[in-house]
Amino acid sequence: MIELTPWWGALLLPPVLAAFAVAAAVFDSALTARAAGAPAPRAAAGAPLRAAGGLLLQQRRRTLAADAPLWRGAGITLAAAGVLASLVTPLGRWAVGDLSVGIVWFNAMEIVAWAAVWLAGWGANSAFGLVGGYRFIAQGLSYELPHMFALTAPAIGAGSLRVADVVSAQDGLWFAVWMPVAFLVFLATVLAMAFRRPFDHPVSRDTAGGVLAELSGVDRLVFLAGRWLLLVSGAGMAVALFLGGGAGPLLPAWLWSVLKTAAVLAALVWAGHRLPTVRMDRFAELAWLVLIPATLLQALFVSIVVI
Amino acid sequence: MWQEIVFWLCAAGAVGTGIAVFRVDSMARATFALLASFLFGAGTVLLVELTYLGVLVILMMIMEMVIMVVFMVMYMMNPAGLMPMSMLHNQRGSLAIAAGTFALLTAGIYLVDWPTSRAPRPGDPTKALGEALMGPKMLVMIVLGLALFATIVATVVLATNRGRYDRYGDRLERDRPDDPVRGGVGR
Repeated sequence: MIELTPWWGALLLPPVLAAFAVAAAVFDSALTARAAGAPAPRAAAGAPLRAAGGLLLQQRRRTLAADAPLWRGAGITLAAAGVLASLVTPLGRWAVGDLSVGIVWFNAMEIVAWAAVWLAGWGANSAFGLVGGYRFIAQGLSYELPHMFALTAPAIGAGSLRVADVVSAQDGLWFAVWMPVAFLVFLATVLAMAFRRPFDHPVSRDTAGGVLAELSGVDRLVFLAGRWLLLVSGAGMAVALFLGGGAGPLLPAWLWSVLKTAAVLAALVWAGHRLPTVRMDRFAELAWLVLIPATLLQALFVSIVVI
Repeated sequence: MWQEIVFWLCAAGAVGTGIAVFRVDSMARATFALLASFLFGAGTVLLVELTYLGVLVILMMIMEMVIMVVFMVMYMMNPAGLMPMSMLHNQRGSLAIAAGTFALLTAGIYLVDWPTSRAPRPGDPTKALGEALMGPKMLVMIVLGLALFATIVATVVLATNRGRYDRYGDRLERDRPDDPVRGGVGR
């Protein structure tokens, strides 16, 4: 049912993801403008593109004794992780890569964000950046296990780690319906993975922007783009794993995939505007004492149903 | 053909970044050079079509090295590499051990008469491996899992700074624990 695209599908993947990312950034900007009471929120929609143009022209800020290779590599690594994570995500009937262990691949690529964010914080040789980097590692240790168990539930439900099998196993009933805990935890951890609010402590204002404190110019643009790409990848995977992929009446499969991904993405961005930043020492306890047992029970429930 | 090229790229990359671990002065660079070396190693695992194992190596190594970099920076004398610091210790001894191990392994590869199997390869090697491990060896696996889990719990108990008597009082009489930082579940 899900077929591989020819080789040029891999070339199409980054632009498709970028289109989603730009749309999400525009929506985010409009929400910010509305919350700030701007007279015409629509005018703010162009703000992300203007900001991107500005960053392209901006000269790089230099810091004393920066670790340039690691610092510059961080943004590229993050953006590459965002694109590679979507390699196995199907759009309607097409997928660029159809690995037999697609879910594990997705998980491995998103963990690259750990390295990228820490490097961005470390490389600048700035105290605030380093604080942000360490915060993200603490965040990673909190969200990663619930995230992995949330990924396990659909894999058990489909009896396969191949994303195509998971999609076709949802013919009758979407996994989001009978695995609601895994679905919600997955969405929350996607926000944490892309360090968007309520999980934006690594880049929060109390540390002057944390890992973003010293990033400027094109480095900042690539890093922020990578962050959006990661969020888009997470939303796309949520559609494939929990919302039946491209399944739907009347419209073609690819359009359903696009619509569902856009809806999940909008929900994630909107949630970020409705929730306050959570401190990591608090979230760690919540994650380990509530979310991990909850996702484990969810996996147990799914296993019993499957047997 | 392309597999040979990729293999040699991975092999050269793994050795090169492995050497870089000892050539760079910064703990951050050394850790990420080591990570690159492991990722090249994962590339060779992927080449022999052990997809699950290869992807798992990538996943685990990134997690592991990001946590390790915290400890490297914390414990090493010169974390940032602002002053030159040699990572080389006991050079003669380690050279002898490295050369000896290499010679032993190479000799093993060429001299041992490795058995070959006439049985066809299973369609899904990962599944076959899982069944081989989990089928007849289930009892061993359960005992092993229990021992590992007990080790983890014991390590945490030994390492913890504040036990329940610090949190709930000497007679465990407090209703709410006395924690320096309030937790996320309302305690």
